[in-house]
Amino acid sequence: MTSGTYIFAALVAAVTVLGFLASRWGRAKIDSLDEWALGGRRFGTIVSWFLLGGDLYTAYTFIAVPALAYGAGALAFFAVPYTTIAYPLVFLIMARFWSIAKRRGYVTTADFVHDRFGSRPLELAVAVTGVAATLPYIALQLIGMRSVLERTGIAPTGQSALIFLLIAFILLAAYTFMSGLRAPAMIAFVKDTLIYITVVAAIAIIPAHLGGWRHVFDAAQAALAAKPKPGSTILPPNLYFAYSSLAFGSALALFIYPHSVTSVLSAKSADVIRRNCALLPLYSILLTFIALLGYCALAAGIHVKDNNLAIPELFSRFFPDWFAGIAFAAIVIGALVPAAIMSIGAANLFASNILQTFRSRRERPGIEANVARYLALCVLAGAFCIAVFIKPQFSINFQLLGGAWILQIFPAVILGLYTRKLHPTALLMGWLSGIIAATWMVASTGFAAVFPLHIAGAVIPGAIVFYSLIANLIVTGLLSWVLNASNVASGSDLTSAADYA
Amino acid sequence: MKRWLYWLLAVPFVATLVPPFYARREPELFGFPFFYWYQIVWIVLSALIVWGVYAATRTRAHD
Repeated sequence: MTSGTYIFAALVAAVTVLGFLASRWGRAKIDSLDEWALGGRRFGTIVSWFLLGGDLYTAYTFIAVPALAYGAGALAFFAVPYTTIAYPLVFLIMARFWSIAKRRGYVTTADFVHDRFGSRPLELAVAVTGVAATLPYIALQLIGMRSVLERTGIAPTGQSALIFLLIAFILLAAYTFMSGLRAPAMIAFVKDTLIYITVVAAIAIIPAHLGGWRHVFDAAQAALAAKPKPGSTILPPNLYFAYSSLAFGSALALFIYPHSVTSVLSAKSADVIRRNCALLPLYSILLTFIALLGYCALAAGIHVKDNNLAIPELFSRFFPDWFAGIAFAAIVIGALVPAAIMSIGAANLFASNILQTFRSRRERPGIEANVARYLALCVLAGAFCIAVFIKPQFSINFQLLGGAWILQIFPAVILGLYTRKLHPTALLMGWLSGIIAATWMVASTGFAAVFPLHIAGAVIPGAIVFYSLIANLIVTGLLSWVLNASNVASGSDLTSAADYA
Repeated sequence: MKRWLYWLLAVPFVATLVPPFYARREPELFGFPFFYWYQIVWIVLSALIVWGVYAATRTRAHD
C-alpha cells in the first residue's frame, strides 16, 4: 500500500460516514417521499449549487469529455456551448417547473404529465423513458469507478477492484436507503471540493511541465493529425452543424433527466434555481479545463488503449503519489454522488408513476417513502449487475441511446408547461416516432452520436438527439392539429394558470 | 413587467451555437487558440447575462 492508497481509502471512508450522518441533517424524520427523495424541498442556494454541480457534472463526464478530446479533438468541446446554454434554458424553464411542482406536490416529470394531460399511457411513457435512460448512466458511473481503481494501482487486480466496487456499492445503497437525497447533498460538498482542488492543481502543474499552453495545443494538433482518423484542435467546417446540434440537443436533454429534476425540485424556492443558473457555470469552466487535460495527455505522449484511461494515466504520471490518491478519490466520490441521485430519481418514477399507472387519477394515495427506498435499492442493484456482468461497451452504447430517448419526453414535459394545445395522443405518437428514429439512427451508425442525414443530395452530419427530436416534433405538431381539428377528446387538465406563477 | 429582458437570454445561443464565428486559431490569447478562449469567455458572459436578468426580474418576495 502506498501513501496515495491510504489517502484514497480515508477519503472514501469519510464520505461514507457523511452519507449515513446525513439522515440526521435537518428534520430527521424521513418518512414522506418529499423528505426522503427531495430533502424536504428545503435546500438553499449553496447546498443546491453543490448538489446540482455534483449531479450534472458526473465522474463519467469528467472522464469521457477529455477522453473524446484525446481521441477526436475539437468536437469534444461541444460540451462547452452545451453547458453554457443549458443555464439560460434552466433559468426560464425549470424555475417554472419548480413552481408548479411545489404547488401541486409533484416529485417527477411524469406526475406533471399525468395531471396536465390526463393520459396514463403518456405518463407511463415518460416514466419508463426516464428509468431506461438512467440505468445505463448509473452503470457507467460504476464502470468509471472500477477502471480508475484497476488501472491506477489502488486495486491492481481485477478481483480486488471488483471487491472494492462491491463494498462501495453496498455502502452507497445503504446510505441512499437511509438518508435519501440528503446523503448525496452532503457528500457533494466533499466531492466538488476535491474535484476543484484536483483540477486547479492539474492546471497549475501539468501544462507548465509540458512547455506551456501554446506548446500543448501545438503538440496536440500534431498528435491528432497523425491519428489513423485524423483530428484537429480547430473544428473543421464539415462538423459545424454536428457541433452545434450536439450542444443544443444535449442542453435540452440535460435537465429533463430524472436526476436533474430531482435536484432541481429539492431547492427551497424558484429563486434558488434562478440564482444557481448564474453560479453553476463555474463548473462549466472547470469542465473546459478538464477537457483540455485530454490535450495535455496527447502532448505528454500518453498512449492508452482505452481513451477513458488517458486522464488517470496523466494524473499518475504528473502527480506525486499522495496527491494522485486525492485525485482518484475525487473521481470515485464523483461517481457516488450522481449514482445516488440517479437511483432516487428512477425510484421516484417507479413508485409514483409506473406502479400507480393502473390506479385512477384521483384515487392515488400518497406514496410512502419506504416504497421508493426499496425501489432505489432495486435500481442500484440492476445498475450494478449491468456494470459487472455485461461488457462496458454495452453501457456506453445504451447510455448514448438513453440520451436520445430522454429528449423525446421534451414536448410533453417542457412544451406542456407552456401550452395545452398539444394533444396527448399526438404527444404519445410523437414520443414513439422519436424513440424509433433515435434507435434506428443510433443502430445504423454503429452507436455514434452523429448521423449523416441525406437531404436533397446533400449530406448533413448532425446530432442524433437533435434529429430525433425534430421527427418527434413534426409528428406531435401535425397529429395535434388533425386531432384537435376533428374534436377528438384531449383529456382533462387538473392544473390551472395560477399553478405556474 | 420587464418581459423584454428575457430576450437577453437568447444572446448566448447566438454567440455559441454558430461555430463559423469562432472556429479559428487566431487571435491567440495566453497560448490559447481563439476557438478555446472565445468559448470560455462566453461561459462567463452568459453567466453575467443570467445574473443580470435574475437581478432585474426577481420578485420582491424573499425566500
